[in-house]
Amino acid sequence: MNREELEALAARRRAADGERWHRVSVCCGSGCHSMGAEQVLATLKGEVGAAGLTREVQVHASGCRGLCAAGTLVEVESGPADGAERHLYVGVDPEVAVRIAREHLVDGRPLSEHHADPSDPFFARQQRIVLESAGRIDPEDLESCLAAGAYAALEKAVSEMTPAEVLAEVTASGLRGRGGAGYPTGLKWSTVAKAAGDRKYVICNGDEGDPGAFMDRSVLDGDPHRVLEGMALAGYAVGAEQGYVYVRAEYPLAVKRLKIAIKQAERLQLLGNRIFDSGFNFRVDIRIGAGAFVCGEETALMASVEGKRGSPRPRPPWPAQRGLFGQPTLINNVETLANVPAIVRRGGAWFAGIGTAKSKGTKVFALAGKVRHTGLIEVPMGTTLREIIFEVGGGIPGGRAFKAAQTGGPSGGCIPASHLDLPVDYESLAAVGSIMGSGGLIVMDETSCMVDVARYFMGFCREESCGKCIPCRAGTVQMHELLGKIAAGRGELDDLGRLEELADLLGAASLCGLGQTAPNPVLSTLRHFKDEYLAHIEERRCPAGVCGAGARAEEVRA
Amino acid sequence: MSVVTLTLDGRPVSAREGATLLEVCQESGVALPTLCHLDGLSDVGACRLCLVEVAGQRKLAAACVTQAQEGMEITTGSERLVRYRRQIVELLFAERNHVCAVCVANGHCDLQRLAASLGIDHVRYAYQHPALRLDASHPRFVADHDRCVLCTRCVRVCDEIEGAHTWDVAGRAAGCQVVTDLAAPWGESASCTGCGKCVQVCPTGALFEKEQAAGGMLSKHRDFLTYLKNAREKKEWLR
Repeated sequence: MNREELEALAARRRAADGERWHRVSVCCGSGCHSMGAEQVLATLKGEVGAAGLTREVQVHASGCRGLCAAGTLVEVESGPADGAERHLYVGVDPEVAVRIAREHLVDGRPLSEHHADPSDPFFARQQRIVLESAGRIDPEDLESCLAAGAYAALEKAVSEMTPAEVLAEVTASGLRGRGGAGYPTGLKWSTVAKAAGDRKYVICNGDEGDPGAFMDRSVLDGDPHRVLEGMALAGYAVGAEQGYVYVRAEYPLAVKRLKIAIKQAERLQLLGNRIFDSGFNFRVDIRIGAGAFVCGEETALMASVEGKRGSPRPRPPWPAQRGLFGQPTLINNVETLANVPAIVRRGGAWFAGIGTAKSKGTKVFALAGKVRHTGLIEVPMGTTLREIIFEVGGGIPGGRAFKAAQTGGPSGGCIPASHLDLPVDYESLAAVGSIMGSGGLIVMDETSCMVDVARYFMGFCREESCGKCIPCRAGTVQMHELLGKIAAGRGELDDLGRLEELADLLGAASLCGLGQTAPNPVLSTLRHFKDEYLAHIEERRCPAGVCGAGARAEEVRA
Repeated sequence: MSVVTLTLDGRPVSAREGATLLEVCQESGVALPTLCHLDGLSDVGACRLCLVEVAGQRKLAAACVTQAQEGMEITTGSERLVRYRRQIVELLFAERNHVCAVCVANGHCDLQRLAASLGIDHVRYAYQHPALRLDASHPRFVADHDRCVLCTRCVRVCDEIEGAHTWDVAGRAAGCQVVTDLAAPWGESASCTGCGKCVQVCPTGALFEKEQAAGGMLSKHRDFLTYLKNAREKKEWLR
């Protein structure tokens, strides 16, 4: 494979697509999949076949389009690729699919209902880099990905650029780790590039475990080649020839599509030996997690890849110095790596022009909870929470009032309404006691109890602690018990002090990030919603009516 | 051998390059509590009792796994560190069923000694009283999970010194337990050589020899690791 062949393949596919009257893509991301997208796809294919239009109309599956709340989503694109007419249908079931086929595809009369408005802020306010192709391409069809520009950045890198130049672009882009901590990606890469070792490794961390987060899943099952290309670019820049994608077993669709993608890429020598006829070799293998949240922590993840028990170990040595199998290792999150092809293709300076002073580019968020448009969105860094929740997200359903936004999962915190105009970037979120995290954003309204939320996340950490260090293993048990006591209306004022003292211990003394950040949901709710704790303790009442204390206030007192 | 100089609790000390902060403390006579550490075994930094403050670093460092570096300023006994150590030991007492009066290790227990040295006379946390099983299937030894603090000394001595790797940790979070083989009864373990090293290194009464009454487990001698190491590496066979 060389540049001419790559371009010819892509051009041939684009031309073939352009000759069709209609190109119909059915969202088969995990959300739509669970709502019966496969049936919709089969129905459309059947109808098109029955009408004898298989040459004129192409029907294919695509990855996640983001508007998961309104699945199944079906897009009909008509006319030449540039300037095509687009119709996006929402809430499509097999019955609607039959109508789309008969009225729109056969008779040329688009349906008047089940339409999504493309000028809706949900679409208009987004800026897609990571998700630029997801939702359009067929993730199981390499040619469809090539037509959308896949592997062009890798080709450019290995034939025109030195590894140092690729690294320089990533550094110039200002990209920071999307796993949550926000460590500068260029700096991490250059540490691995400089490290001495017989072999080096690139690991893609797809062990997304935060409750309510599904960004990485959607990227992996919507555009797996982008992640593979990002890994290969990383391998080229740091001098690694072997990559591992670590995906959790709970993402079977992502695993399936990754397997297909790797096989397809190897067949065209986009992965493997002598990529694009250069001297660069890069192989990717999949490692499947076994269900432990802690395996998202980099040292535990590496132990798991090595086939050992997934327990973290103290750092230093950092993975960049001594990582997988004792060799220098680069570990990046799925979304971080998915940004890289665009950066190499369009330049670091282009990327650095998006976002805020210290947080560059865009961020993918998984909107969940009490928000109208639950689903996946990508917005520039610096967009305010208000814009994300009330414009892109469509606000709170049922006319209820906003109470808090939870970011960062069990390591993050709850942000109250008074901070709604906060620009979303790493520093701003940290300043109000939460974190950017990997992108889970759970919206809560007045029916959510903040003590209950804190108790939920502490329960999660209690279950997911690996059990190695004492503060995390035994401290989360005690904190969870205290929160349960308060929620049940049996709390005392002293319990708040005990909680804070334990939170201090866990934060300072735990071995890894899981324990160190486990108190954050408690601390942030104590900071912004102390009145709710006090209502549970002093008045034996749950203001949101969630905890037992609200329902059985009198009983509890007696 | 190159030497680094650092400040330990305001006192200048020198150490050989590559030494851990714990070694520096021991050589300088600074007492630092430890539980998972044992001379002769690899360090895992799990118990968090040897945490120290390093000037200029936001995070605390576990002395057993942190190398001494030129110019470091170490504080080992700040009010905050002492508070954390007490909390950690209290959490251990609340976690399982540590009842000294009826324990074979009473009077010879590292956890008990730690509590005494830290002045812990009561526990402020809720006792969990888990219902754990006792494994007396081995002809000579007993594993009593009620007393286990999950320090993994047994796991490491079995793997690193005996070379059998009979012990390992199973489960997660508070449900963690040390197990023999793939959680088979100890007496049925195919890999256990019956050497008893795990019993010797166990800091509490979790692993003990049969036919011992309360306080009777007097025979634990942990210095045998140093003896073994000297014998193997320096060919010195003297105790």
